[in-house]
Amino acid sequence: MHFEELLAGDGRVEPRDEMPDAYRRTLVRQIAQHAHSEIIGMQPEGNWISRAPSLRRKAILMAKVQDEAGHGLYLYAAAETLGVDRADLLDQLHGGRQKYSSIFNYPTLTWADVGAIGWLVDGAAIVNQVPLCRCSYGPYARAMVRICKEESFHQRQGFEILHTLAHGAPAQKAMAQDAVDRYWWPSLMMFGPPDDDSTHSAQSMAWGIKRFSNDDLRQRFVDMTVPQAEVLGLTLPDPEIRWNDERGHYDFGAVDFTELFEVIKGNGPCNRERMAHRVAAHEDGAWVREAAAAYSAKRAEAAA
Amino acid sequence: MTTSCDYVLALADDALVSAQRMSWWISRAPELEEDVALANIGLDQLGQARALLTYAGALEGAGRTEDDLAYLRDDREFRNVWLVERPQPDFGVTIARLLMLATWQSELYAALVSSSDATLAGIAGKAVKEVAYHVDHARLWTLRLGDGTEVSHARMQAALESEWPHLEELFAPVDGAVVDPRSLRDRVMGRIEEVVVEATLSVPQVAPAIGGGRRGLHTEHLGHLLAEMQHLHRSHPGATW
Ligand SMILES: [Fe+2]
Ligand SMILES: [Fe+2]
Repeated sequence: MHFEELLAGDGRVEPRDEMPDAYRRTLVRQIAQHAHSEIIGMQPEGNWISRAPSLRRKAILMAKVQDEAGHGLYLYAAAETLGVDRADLLDQLHGGRQKYSSIFNYPTLTWADVGAIGWLVDGAAIVNQVPLCRCSYGPYARAMVRICKEESFHQRQGFEILHTLAHGAPAQKAMAQDAVDRYWWPSLMMFGPPDDDSTHSAQSMAWGIKRFSNDDLRQRFVDMTVPQAEVLGLTLPDPEIRWNDERGHYDFGAVDFTELFEVIKGNGPCNRERMAHRVAAHEDGAWVREAAAAYSAKRAEAAA
Repeated sequence: MTTSCDYVLALADDALVSAQRMSWWISRAPELEEDVALANIGLDQLGQARALLTYAGALEGAGRTEDDLAYLRDDREFRNVWLVERPQPDFGVTIARLLMLATWQSELYAALVSSSDATLAGIAGKAVKEVAYHVDHARLWTLRLGDGTEVSHARMQAALESEWPHLEELFAPVDGAVVDPRSLRDRVMGRIEEVVVEATLSVPQVAPAIGGGRRGLHTEHLGHLLAEMQHLHRSHPGATW
């Protein structure tokens, strides 16, 4: 079927179908950025694996960070169906030519940050990603179905960490509140700039890659999160949050996007550390990847 | 014969300290598949450690939980071997160590499955399947690195030389052992040496290190590992997490 007909009928575009170059490029950019975010996202939480305060929490956190590596694998595989390869995409990440989600440029200063990331960051990711399960590109949509299931576990685990802290000793509760205070606004920024300033949105909507606007998704996240904060007994650092009967939504304060743009430019608190960590892992592992390639070439030769 | 708490602690601490070192690799592995694999192995080891620590606490009879034992003992009370406690930022060293530890554990757990201690037999029954995968993973990487490039061959040989002196400690006798560690020596060494030779590497001719982990005598590295692992838990005495 022709591309336009597929889109009009809400069908799925598959790797062998014809597709406009611009559609392919947009998908590669978006899926690669998403994959990079999964693997850079391993770092802030990985920062607490060695110090997790109980063995049960350590096991849950290791499994979570392992899931993120798995998400990276699914997504790089989805990108590869579009004719690119993982090694090139990684080179582009390492060279700063492709981006990852800015949220991972914030530090995890306390154990409660692990909870806040699970609850807010995985929570925001879910709101962003559930609509992608219906994305027009089949391999991406299918990867998102698997990923969203795991993200909802992560979100519940994060909520549970914060719930335990918020109902624990005063120092634990303070730790939880501090983490939510620091992660709230950056989480709202995860939905991207306001609709008026978003460069790619309209075309992505027309292509069935994007289903809802940035501002709609941000609102959905706020509506979902405010009642959960009440259950936690924690406050969100925005005095303007209140229920608006007329709109049927929570009102909230204006997000300061100048900070987001600074972080995107590379001036966030951890941009340099995240990239240095990733590049070091890649470079230190080069001899291992080369060995594996040489070994399998020898095997193939021996078998031939 | 009754199982000693010290014996179970020895097995638990080997698994716990190894898991702590293994988890360092998550986000630092040579490729994404390996982040997943090493996390898996670390998780298996951590799971074994938790079951064993819980059992050690029961044998001790003082009401200590897995977390009490993991977080509130000092390094002189840990019973793990030196093999697992030193930093392992080199992938070759990590693989050499995993080959040694997992091969030893696979013989040990296989023997424990049919022991008269039902709790240990139960823990071993699950663990024996997990460590079979660890041995396989370590073996495949030893082959790739040993028979890969000139560089990887040299680095893997160096890794074997650095870890080999610590093999002997695994076979040191422990009071109240259910399976005498000495009885595992021939099979374990035979299996490891077979992999080394298959990987075109040579079996190191080195003197065993002094060791002493089973008696609570460790390298300087363990104190640092525990300081990091324990500090948050100890900063909030009695807290629930
Ligand atoms: Fe993820
Ligand atoms: Fe996640």
